[in-house]
Amino acid sequence: MKIKKIVVLILLVGSVGIQFIPTDLNQNDTVPITDFLLVNNPPERISGLLKESCYACHSNNSQYPWYNKVQPVAWFLENHINDGKKELNFNEWDDYSKRRKSSKLKSIVSQIKDNEMPIYSYTLIHKDAKLSKIEKQLIISYMLVLIDNQ
Amino acid sequence: MKTIKRSLGTVALATIMILTVSCKDANKKEVDVSEKDKVHQGKMNNTKDISMKDAQDEMAEAILKDYFNLKDALVGDDNNKAKSLGGTLAKSLVNFDKSKYSENQQVELTDIIEDATEHADHISESDIKHQREHFKTLSKDITDMVAITGTSIKLYEQFCPMYDGGTSWISTKSEIRNPYYGSSMLKCGKVKRVIE
Repeated sequence: MKIKKIVVLILLVGSVGIQFIPTDLNQNDTVPITDFLLVNNPPERISGLLKESCYACHSNNSQYPWYNKVQPVAWFLENHINDGKKELNFNEWDDYSKRRKSSKLKSIVSQIKDNEMPIYSYTLIHKDAKLSKIEKQLIISYMLVLIDNQ
Repeated sequence: MKTIKRSLGTVALATIMILTVSCKDANKKEVDVSEKDKVHQGKMNNTKDISMKDAQDEMAEAILKDYFNLKDALVGDDNNKAKSLGGTLAKSLVNFDKSKYSENQQVELTDIIEDATEHADHISESDIKHQREHFKTLSKDITDMVAITGTSIKLYEQFCPMYDGGTSWISTKSEIRNPYYGSSMLKCGKVKRVIE
């Protein structure tokens, strides 16, 4: 009985304790001139979709949900965003070479086509980020045009 | 009273443990990076002992060898083998030393290697469908690399009109063994160009 109490107490204090471990927030006020939307100036519909469904993890400015205040969720999100930005950072689009742009565009098309992106763990909570069939087709067609114009 | 003291002690200990573990992780990462640099430097020093030109060509040949092994794994529909060979190729790409090339060539090689490494990395962790998608762009990168580095063996650029609107790859043999379809369409394709 005593041991049980101690264990519960440890868990309780431990979970409170980790709340004080800080995470780096992925947030910036300015959008660099290398940003995908600034460089390519896509139709408004496309910009809206990309911002809503991709930019949270693939740019330097994440809109954080309330549960980012809770550990270990914040760690999970931090890792997630770092991985996402490593793969593709829309804010740094124009820093990519021609070859890299073409690679990234192909990957965007294939990830959306195969329903790999937006990732399930994100759309599970962010229903708005989920892309309909038509929205997917819109983004894919747009990206294919960019590939052809590379 | 004693019990409370004891549990408070345990709790403090647990909190400290959690904190130190997270700090330790951060330190470990730094150490890993510096060790990797050391290994890398060591390798570069070794190769400098041998004749400069030969050594660098050898590195390009090593990349080609890894690429062909990876291609054969895809021809054999072997997802796991392709995963591990993708990892091997990524390592060879990172070790590539381009210092003997002209400034313009170095810029292009850096670009090629960076792109190819990313595709090789992805191949090391994907299912076979995605491995083949990445192999397509990887093949373009490797072909462009060979255009700069040259090759000591005769290579065949081959072309399959069916895969993703027409797709190329390179092989050491003139016979067609299609890495994009494997056993389902093993001999689909033709030789487009001979690289010597």
